[in-house]
Amino acid sequence: MKKIQILGTGCPKCKALTQNAETAAKEMGIECQVEKVTDINEIMKFGVMMTPALVVDGQVKVVGKVLSPEQIKAML
Amino acid sequence: MTLILAVFLVCFYLPVGVKRFDNAVMESLYLVKWYAQEHVLLCLVPAFFIAGAISVFVSQASVMKYLGAKANKTLAYGVASVSGAILAVCSCTVLPLFAGIYRMGAGLGPATAFLYSGPAINVLAIILTARILGLELGIARAVGAIVFSVIIGLIMHFIYRKEEIEKANGQMNMPEPEVRRPLWQNALFFAVMIGVLVFANWGASNDFMFKTTDGSTIRAAVLKAPEHGSSLTGSYTVKVLDGVQKGQELDLPVESVIEKTPVAGMWTTIWSHKWAITGVFAAALGIIFVLWFGIEWWKVVVTAIPVVILALALPMEGMMVMIPFTIAVIGISWMTVTSKGEAEEWFSSTWGFAKQILPLLFFGVIVAGALLGRPGHEGLIPNRWVEWAVGGNSLRANLLSSVAGAFMYFATLTEVPILQGLIGSGMGKGPALALLLAGPALSLPSMLVLRSIMGTQKTVVYVSLVIIMSTITGMFFGAFF
Repeated sequence: MKKIQILGTGCPKCKALTQNAETAAKEMGIECQVEKVTDINEIMKFGVMMTPALVVDGQVKVVGKVLSPEQIKAML
Repeated sequence: MTLILAVFLVCFYLPVGVKRFDNAVMESLYLVKWYAQEHVLLCLVPAFFIAGAISVFVSQASVMKYLGAKANKTLAYGVASVSGAILAVCSCTVLPLFAGIYRMGAGLGPATAFLYSGPAINVLAIILTARILGLELGIARAVGAIVFSVIIGLIMHFIYRKEEIEKANGQMNMPEPEVRRPLWQNALFFAVMIGVLVFANWGASNDFMFKTTDGSTIRAAVLKAPEHGSSLTGSYTVKVLDGVQKGQELDLPVESVIEKTPVAGMWTTIWSHKWAITGVFAAALGIIFVLWFGIEWWKVVVTAIPVVILALALPMEGMMVMIPFTIAVIGISWMTVTSKGEAEEWFSSTWGFAKQILPLLFFGVIVAGALLGRPGHEGLIPNRWVEWAVGGNSLRANLLSSVAGAFMYFATLTEVPILQGLIGSGMGKGPALALLLAGPALSLPSMLVLRSIMGTQKTVVYVSLVIIMSTITGMFFGAFF
């Protein structure tokens, strides 16, 4: 079971990334839990300053970019 | 049910027919039309492409390294005060960056400097302010924001110098800077795009020779031109620049004006050749696309041919210029969308900005038009209220607009039409700048987030500093312009 976290304060880009991550996980058929982290202090704990960011199993994968579902698949 | 009832009641009591309300509706429609005709294509569209390019081609990581924990402090203030232009292209990115600089990087001072200047100097804001509210207000906004951000940062640092915050554990997590092309290529690319933007929007100098039916010639600046599209009626209100009547204001009915020619000078020469100059920049852009961005040369040629033919065939004035310009924009969109890699990324981030900002701006213009009307016309709010509250350049007017600006929430760029309405209704230029400085930097929602980042006391100090500084800057500016 993978844990995907999307860090972002709720801007349109963060929503787009969340959606893409969900699509990617669904298409690959892997079981995972997608969680949105919106509290700015929590985001800071990951050392991330540019939102949105994608975290997989506690590891920061991408910062400050909206990835396409294809790109996310490569990271899962 | 409540909703239906509410809608019904609104409709029932809809004040159609009341003159002020009807006027306000017309005003907001006029204002939207004016924006659509004069600003969207020539100014906003190139600005979106530039903003998109900044977010794709300029590496944010390379800027952030000057704001890290080990950064040179003097340098950090300098970088923090100007980097908003590159880092904060969208207002929602300001707060996380602020929190990061504060917790993991150079500390409270540079972080506050960044927080204050960021929203005010982002490219889109500066371009639109200069275009609609006038060049001097645009420049004053940028310069004021940069200078005062450093001062506010230093004061905050000084007040809290004894305090060491526990740095958040974990290093800054930034994307690796990818060096894709040498700096001078990027610099040239941006220079060329800014060239297109500046020259396409080059306004005629406001200095004309009027030949009138009674045989006299008057050199004058136009204060108010007849309404667009009604060139046969109405009158010019002009300020005489030369001769015995110098300094006076005259009314010249359109029927009495035989000829209106711009006075020769550098400004006018550039203006009359502006499309040729813009064309040269556009051609340079095409060459850059092929050489550095890997866009196929035939796509550039296919776009260029109809643009050049139309530009030569059509009279390059009035609304006609929009046709070749629009085709060029469509062409650029097409060639970037259909290519791989960074060109495609560039378009998608440009499109992202457009999608995010245009609807906000549209509603901003509608609301500002309805409430305040176009300059010279009245909307729902009587002009004298505005004049009473923020007219002139008194301490009270400046303070009032700073406080209002600090608490009010402005969606990206909507401060511009709102201010345009306020200025048209009698707001002074000083208070206008005060509002521009305090407004986008702060809002009630952002204060709440700030409070969760740095505590109540620091937030209160920061908000007070912003209000005081904006008031002072406004008064200075109002006194000189």
